[in-house]
Amino acid sequence: MTLASVDMRDNSANGASASPGRFGFRRSRNVGERLIETLLFTISMATVSITVGIIGLLLFESALFFEQVPLADFLTDTQWTIMFEEKHYGVLPLLAGTLVTSTVALLLAVPVGTGAAIYLSEFASHRVRETVKPMLELLAGIPTVVYGYFALLMVTPALQFFMPDLPGFNMLGPGLVIGIMIIPYITSVAEDAMRSVPMQMREGSYAMGATRLQTALRVVVPAATSGIVAAYILGISRAVGETMVVAVAAGQQPNFTWDPTEPGATITAFIVQVALGDLPHGSIEYQSIFAVGLVLVLMTLLFNVLGHLARTRFREAY
Amino acid sequence: MLDTSAIHQLVRRNRQRDAVFAIIGLACMMIGILTLAVLLAGLIDDGARRLNWSFFENFPSRRAARAGILSAIVGSSLVMLITALTAIPLGVGAGIYLEEYARRNWFTALVEINVTNLAGVPSIIYGLLALGLFVYALDFGQSILSAGLTLALMILPVIIVSTREAIRAIPAAIREAGYALGASRWQLVRDHILPYSAGGILTGIIIGLARAIGETAPIITIGALTFIAFLPDAPFTAEFPFISFEWIKSPFTVMPIQMFNWLSRPQAAFQENAAAAGLVLVVMTLVMNGLAIWLRIRFRKRIKW
Repeated sequence: MTLASVDMRDNSANGASASPGRFGFRRSRNVGERLIETLLFTISMATVSITVGIIGLLLFESALFFEQVPLADFLTDTQWTIMFEEKHYGVLPLLAGTLVTSTVALLLAVPVGTGAAIYLSEFASHRVRETVKPMLELLAGIPTVVYGYFALLMVTPALQFFMPDLPGFNMLGPGLVIGIMIIPYITSVAEDAMRSVPMQMREGSYAMGATRLQTALRVVVPAATSGIVAAYILGISRAVGETMVVAVAAGQQPNFTWDPTEPGATITAFIVQVALGDLPHGSIEYQSIFAVGLVLVLMTLLFNVLGHLARTRFREAY
Repeated sequence: MLDTSAIHQLVRRNRQRDAVFAIIGLACMMIGILTLAVLLAGLIDDGARRLNWSFFENFPSRRAARAGILSAIVGSSLVMLITALTAIPLGVGAGIYLEEYARRNWFTALVEINVTNLAGVPSIIYGLLALGLFVYALDFGQSILSAGLTLALMILPVIIVSTREAIRAIPAAIREAGYALGASRWQLVRDHILPYSAGGILTGIIIGLARAIGETAPIITIGALTFIAFLPDAPFTAEFPFISFEWIKSPFTVMPIQMFNWLSRPQAAFQENAAAAGLVLVVMTLVMNGLAIWLRIRFRKRIKW
């Protein structure tokens, strides 16, 4: 009964001819389905437009920047003094700062993160794993500005206890804190990769008389290499893009040095520094943050491509 | 007679190495957790004595002892409202489309690669996009609207990925049963897919919002003011039509910006305020992430296919 009345209304509303009611019902239902599918499709397209927007905007503003600054100067000048009277536009100091803090971070996070992942996957009991994994997630959720506080007011003073000459603003403290920050990412992804190695492989290894450590290092880790490399790549892109820790604790002075005990600025810290000041739309300072932003995006893109290559290169299928 | 002492020695040495590594691995694992403990202890030590009611009721002030986080808490709440209203429909919608509607072709692959890459873009780049797009091109200014939309774009990949994972966990038999009974695609999604995946989707939403609430860099990039000693217009008014949208255009401050502002001053008194604000911020994100983890465990236990 209800079906029939719906059909009647559909037919009269559409002004359709005397076709049987059920087809009208199906048509209206199809129209609704189409509408919803189109809507959902449009929403998915919006995610693509974000990428297009990011790349387009960075290229557009960078093009304006490079109209005034020759690309050669940008890549070879060893000074970045955009806030001063005499302006130099060399990206090298910012790149050096980014690389120094990221390297310090990785030197800490890669061994510790891998060790923790091997322990969690191969040694820890089920209960320990189920307790520790959520805690690592909590650690990854702490706001980065709080880590900035940690670097400036807790880690650097602690380091000064051992190294009395260390200035209050330096790249070592923030680098170490970024390292601690990315440990959960590396541990979590690497542990997932090791857990997905089939149990038979471990059992085969144990049956040959290998110990846990031998099995972990010679069977599980080689089998999970592609996932472990993916974990490192994730850590690297986090470290390179990290902003607040460096902006708070490294001193915000672009400094062309490879010495982590000196103050410095990264690409991200420079963007924050410019954005904190008065930033007239269309000025060279405004355009410069898009130009260095483009460099940052290209760097993370490069790491992602390398990660993809490594994953396919080391992939083992079982 | 076989000499077994060499074998015994080998076994003993390997067992020792095992034990040594177990200790090293445990230490590696504890570094992260101990850091969390030290960080919390440090924040409590420095900031706890500033945490009283007036700290939550006062505006920022030139005098550290009278400064508070009222405008930051209100600002954070309003920005989160915009972020949630934008990111939840977009993220869940895109997730549903990719799992339930999209055909397996090059275009879908492109969208998938794109979402993965967006998740890896540093947050400050979203700030640059927002500066060019929302602040200048669309002329939203340095407002709550700009900040909310910026953070929404940033957490969109998180919500999309968790929506897809939650939907993928539903067995194909459920879909086949629905279609066999004549359900249309949308009926199936509305009556079965969404209810069964709600737990996983909710977890992703909370994790995304927890990330957004602590995010500082993109908000600084759009040029948010740091000294805000007033509240935006109330969203509800006494006169018709009772709802006002003036607040979305209002300048604002949020919790992490307020903390950064205090942190970048040299005086110890302001750094105490920074510690107190940091403590509030950490508790907020820990509670949100804890809730997400609890929800996930609960739903995993309840649903057994």
